[in-house]
This record gives sequence, C-alpha cells and structure tokens, in this order.
Amino acid sequence: MSEPGDIAAHLSSPKQRDEVLELGMWTFLSTEVLLFGGLIMTYMVYRHADPVSFAEAGRQTRIVIGTANTAVLLTSSFCVAAAIQAGQAGAARAVKALLAAAIILGTIFLGLKGVEYAGEYRDHLVPGIDFMQSGPHTQGVRLFFIFYFLATGLHAVHLLCGIVVLIIFLRCYRQIVCHPRYLAGLRTAGLYWHFIDVVWIFLYALIYLPGRSG
Amino acid sequence: MKNYLTEDYTLRSWFFTTDHKRIAILYFASLIFLFFIGGAAATLIRIELATPQADLVSSDTYNRLFTMHGIIMVWFFLIPSVPNTLGNFIVPLMIGARDLAFPRLNLASWYLFMLGAAITLLAIFMGGVDTGWTLYTPFSTLYSNSYVAVAAAGIFIAGFSSILTGLNFIVTIHKLRAPGLTWYRLPLFIWSLYATSIILVLATPVLAITLVLLAAERIFGIGVFDPRIGGDPLLFQHLFWFYSHPAVYIMILPGMGVVNELITCYSRKKIFGYKFVAWASLAIAAAGFLVWGHHMFVSGQSLTASLVFSFMSFVVAVPSAIKVFNWTATLHKGTLRFDAPMLYALGFIGLFTMGGLTGLFLACLAFDVYATDTYFVVAHFHYIMVGGMVTAYFGGLHYWWPKITGRMYSEYWARAAAILIFLGFNLTFFPQFILGAEGMPRRYHVYPPEFQVWNVLSSGGATILAAAYLLPLFYLGYSIFFGAKAPANPWGATGLEWQTPSPPPKFNFDRQPVVDSPPYDYEHAPEPQNV
Amino acid sequence: MISWRPSNSLILCWVALMVLLALTVTLAYQPLGALNFVVALAIATAKTALVMVIFMELGSRPGLVRAFAGAGFFWLMILLWLGLVDFVTRS
Repeated sequence: MSEPGDIAAHLSSPKQRDEVLELGMWTFLSTEVLLFGGLIMTYMVYRHADPVSFAEAGRQTRIVIGTANTAVLLTSSFCVAAAIQAGQAGAARAVKALLAAAIILGTIFLGLKGVEYAGEYRDHLVPGIDFMQSGPHTQGVRLFFIFYFLATGLHAVHLLCGIVVLIIFLRCYRQIVCHPRYLAGLRTAGLYWHFIDVVWIFLYALIYLPGRSG
Repeated sequence: MKNYLTEDYTLRSWFFTTDHKRIAILYFASLIFLFFIGGAAATLIRIELATPQADLVSSDTYNRLFTMHGIIMVWFFLIPSVPNTLGNFIVPLMIGARDLAFPRLNLASWYLFMLGAAITLLAIFMGGVDTGWTLYTPFSTLYSNSYVAVAAAGIFIAGFSSILTGLNFIVTIHKLRAPGLTWYRLPLFIWSLYATSIILVLATPVLAITLVLLAAERIFGIGVFDPRIGGDPLLFQHLFWFYSHPAVYIMILPGMGVVNELITCYSRKKIFGYKFVAWASLAIAAAGFLVWGHHMFVSGQSLTASLVFSFMSFVVAVPSAIKVFNWTATLHKGTLRFDAPMLYALGFIGLFTMGGLTGLFLACLAFDVYATDTYFVVAHFHYIMVGGMVTAYFGGLHYWWPKITGRMYSEYWARAAAILIFLGFNLTFFPQFILGAEGMPRRYHVYPPEFQVWNVLSSGGATILAAAYLLPLFYLGYSIFFGAKAPANPWGATGLEWQTPSPPPKFNFDRQPVVDSPPYDYEHAPEPQNV
Repeated sequence: MISWRPSNSLILCWVALMVLLALTVTLAYQPLGALNFVVALAIATAKTALVMVIFMELGSRPGLVRAFAGAGFFWLMILLWLGLVDFVTRS
C-alpha cells in the first residue's frame, strides 16, 4: 500500500487494474459459493430425509441471537458500502468512521456467536462432543447440528478474515486522497464483506427459521 | 542480452520470483519428482501383478500402493501438469502480456502446492492410506487404519493451489490480451485453458468442503456419513464425484489444447472448424458437470438418477468427438511433418479416441453393471489419462522446449522415445481391456491363474513404458547444456510466443505486440528452420 | 464544503433489508406448512438480490461482471438439483 505508482509493473492502466481486481474477486466469490454449497447440499439431503427432525432441531436454535446477528451484519454491509462511497467523494474521516463501525459490528457478531456456541455446548448440542438428545429425533437433530456448527464456524472464520482486512484498510485510510490503489482495494474488500453477509442471509434462513410454526 | 533465466542467478530470485516463466520451471521440477514417486508405486503394482499370487506385497500394502499411485498421479501430477508448467509459461506469451494478472498469487499457488505435496507425502511415508484415491466412506471415516486425515489435509491445501491457478488464468485471458487479440483470434490452447480454469474454479471448492467433512467425521466422529446414525455414505460419493468427474476434464482439456497447437503447426494448416473446437472446449467444461453419477451406477443411487447421468454421459462425448473429427480434418491435405511433437499429437488422437469410446461403453447402464470396478474401467481411464494426457504433455513439452530453454533437443532420440512410449503404453493397457471384459476386478493383487497371460503382457509393457519415460530425462537434460541454440521460431509456427527470443526476456516482449491476423495463419507463416 | 452523506439508494436498501428481516421472522411463525421453507428462501433471495445489486454495485456493472457474479450460484443449483434427483427419486 505504500509502494510508488498506481499500477503494478505487468499491468498497463489503472482501468485494467480495477477490472482485474473486480473480476478476480468475483471469481474468488464464486469459489466460496461452491465451498459453502457443499454444506448446503448436505443440509438439503438430510432435511429431505427427515424434515420433522430438522424442524425440531430448528426450534432449538437461538432465534433472538440469530436475528440480532443478521441485523448486525446487514448494517455492517451498509457501513462498508457507505465507506466506499465516502472514499470516492474524498471524505476521509467518514471512511474512517464507517470502517470502524463495520469492524465493531463484525466483532459484535462474533461475540454473540461465541455466546450462542457456549449455550449450545451447555445444552449438549455439539456433535462429536457429548451430543445428547432425548426423543425420536436424535439422528436428524444431530445431522442438523453438524451442518450448523460447520457452516457457521466456516462463516465465522471468513468473517474474521474480513475483519482483519478491514482493519488493514482502516489503518491506511489517510491514503485515499493520495493513493488511487487504496480505493480499488477497498472496493474489492467490500465485495468480499458483502458476500460474507449474503452467506449469512442464507444460513439464517436454513438454521433459525425451520420448525417455528410447528 | 539477458533472458529470464540469466536475469539473476541467486536462489532468492528463484524462490521469491513473480515471473510466470520461473514459476513454471519451479512447477516443472516439482512435477518430475512427483511423477517418479507415482510411477514407483505403479512399478511395484505391475511387478506384483505379474503373478497370480500375493508374493511381493501384502494385501494391506497393495491397497496403500494403488491409493498412493492414484492420489499422486491425479492431484500431484495430472491436474497441475499442463496448466502449471506449459500454461504458466506460455499463456502470457501467447496473448502478448507481460505476466499473468496476479503474479504474486501465482507464486502462492506454487508454495501451496508444495505444502500440500509435502503433507501428502508425509502421510504416505508415515504408512500411507489404504482407501483408494476415491476415499469412500464409511471405510475411510470409520474403519481405515491409515493416515486418511493427513492425506486429506494435503489434498485440501493443493486444491487451493488449483483454485488460484484457475482464477489467475480466467482473469488474465479476459483482461490482459494484446490489442487486436479478440477471442476468435486466440490460439485454441487458450480456449482450452480457459475452459479448464472454469472447472478448476467451480469444482475444486466442493472437493475442499468434502475433505473437511471427511476429516471432521474421522477426527471428531460426528457421523455425517455414518449410516448407523442416519448419515448417508452416498452423500460423500455425490460430493466427491461432483468435483472428481469435472476433474478428469481438468486433466484432459489442457492436453487437447496442446494438440491443437501441434496439429496445426505440423500440418502447416489452420485448424478445421476453429469456432467448433473453441466452443466444444466450453461445452465439455459445462457438460462435464452434469455426468458425475456415472461413477455411482451400482452404489445404490436411484434408477432415475442413473438414467439421467447415463444420458448426459453420452451427451458429453459429443464435443470431444467434434474435436477429434476436426483434428483429423486438419491433417487432411496438410503438409505433414513427423517431428516428435507431431508423433505425440497423433498418438493422442488415436489413444484418446479409444479411451473416449470405451467411456461410452461404460456410460451404458447395462454394460457398466458388468464392467464397473473391473480392469475395463482401469484401462479406459489410463487410455485417456496416460495415452491422452501424458502424451499431450510430452508433446507440448517438446514443442515449447526451445522457447523455454533456448535449446534444441535431439530429434532422433525424441522420436525414438515417442514411438517407444506409444508401443509400451498399448502393450501395458490394451490387455487390461481384455482382463476387465473377462471379469478381473480392479484393486485386487490376487487373481485366478487364467488371467496371468494378460497381466504378464501388461507388466511387460509397463517395463517398456517406464524405460521410455526415462529417456527424455536424458536427451532433454543433455540439450540444456549441449543442445544447439534455438532461434525464436524453429518450427515456423504462428502465435505470439514465437515472436520473442528463445528464451524470452524477463518481461516477454520488447514492445507491446499488436494482433491483426487470424489464428493459425500458416499461409503467411515463416518456414521451419533446420537447426 | 459539502459534508458527505450516504446516498439515498444505500439508505433505502438498508431499510428494505431490515423490513425483509422482520418479515421473514414473522412469517416463520405462521403455519404455512411446506410453504414456510419456500417463503424463507424467497425472502433470503430477495435480501441477497438487494445486497448484490445495491451494496455490491452489480446494478451498474457490465454484463461480464454480472455473469461472473451469477456463475457460482448457477453452478450451485446444478449441484443441488442434479444431486437431489438421486435422493428424491429413491423408492
């Protein structure tokens, strides 16, 4: 970020640089869709096999935390999108404030997730670690929670990486005026952040909402 | 005049390079090493199979040998072979660019690959894996006493190397083409690598998550594939083959791409039906995602699904057939030269066609029920992977060798090796079709004595093949030090890579090339030189 | 010196997302039978579309970028649909 020149030696123009970064990030995001997609496949297969158990399992998730977390993440996406707009307008302090807000919201998400996991651990809902269920739905509930922990865990790891990236951009915010590469990079990082949000939108629907009307 | 090799001789300049040409060389060296490890496993397998009894290795060791052979050859040789050596080196040159879109990601790809290989080799040398390269559950998760999780970790990491390579190629081909180089002026090697990259990017992540599920089950006993607690082993197979079938197209498409370049150059003729071949590559990539269930016809998959996958497997053969037809039509009335690369290309067309046709046999449900898990399948995929892909790799290696090293190799020895490889290959693998049709199962090292004749022929062929594969090490190695200096365009070929010196300078071109002619414009190409 | 504020489309998008979130939670508690699942996924898709078109700026990007954005989802559909054929048609 502190190198001279706005484009790398092998590229020919800032426009090419921006296009390369954009296409590269979207390609990477496509890989992420399929990474989570394998888990979604697992969910769909086992839900189809035993929808009643999945509804039972869904009822045991903490919908208040889940919904709050969704709102938190959606707001953080707003902050990141706004930060990019602010960067384009040269409003450096707005960029700083919005990135900081997004980082704080992301951290709140992880914190709430930790609280949630702790609760699930106490309730013996972690497969592989003293999973216990009474009733006829043990197998299906267990399969649901395998998906739950793997998918939300993978999501949390991605979110953590996103937070680290935003922190890096926060520390360099002064350069938006002097460094054209900064805005291109921030845009690219923003795409990643919004994508993490999209993944969560779907995970929320699959995890917290089944069985609520039962 | 400095070139990319003489630019800097320090170790640091090699291991921290971002030059796509040097990264290609790093991959090339690693792949030679890995090929010989996979080949060593094959050697032991074929020696054991020369006799009906289990007299060389125990059953358990045999399981570990064919697993090691499969894992190394698929993930640590075939998949990276053309894309990461020839692709990395040639793609920027061919499109008139100074490097790939993300040079540092390219270097990261190599380091990830090496880390993955190291971990997998660790698993192998600690004692190996005995599940077959397909890692089927519940054996791999619940019962196997081998280093499954370690191997899975190694493959997982290597997968990210693949993904980054595909990503790099896709963005590079879209955005870094020289002025005037429209899509329909691109050499077909680029179209093939683009199609390969689509598969790399979209299929490999599913493998990654499948390996995570596999490892989680093995380490934590979560039970996602355990039928005793509601899991479905077939889910593993669906997820595994969703990647692994397209993976075979990752392995063959680059070879087909190379063959386009060889056939046109050594017929001195433009390709017949350029657009058909270009779009056939994309069709193979897309349709290749729709057939994976043909690996599961006898696993307990529903009949409906089997019928769908069988039908789609016939459909996916069509674009490949179009390519074979077009290559043959290109040869017709061409001015043929039978240099070593051409011998490899011709060998590819014949052997790939045989492999492909036998694939159609296997796509028939009724035949597959009989032939599945027999040597018929083994012969089928070796005809494509070895007879096709490895042959094409060697062809491309020879073709671009002057460009990469700046040296000419011995044409006599190169042709001898090509012919020996072809003969050795057929002797090794044709008998296996017979063995399969007669009912010999795969992954067995004990067999009824009536199968011995064919097994001995096969093992004899393998000996010839092994010697033939060693030959290039010698004459290509020799050429690096003592070969004649190569001109920029020894073959009189079209393509931007031939318009820069051999070896190329660090930034590829002195001036940005501009393209205004169609591809394979052999009517206006320079004559091949006698060097 | 004009002080900067986020654009209207950004703010409206956030409001819409919050409304959809409230909607999906409310509808989850209504007994709609098999439709509950469909509704939840439909609303999730709507939220995703908003995030992608507005926050990720796909609304103003060229077709190539949109094709790249859609490719992953399209391929995921192949995995899910074709994969589920087996499980759904077993007797």
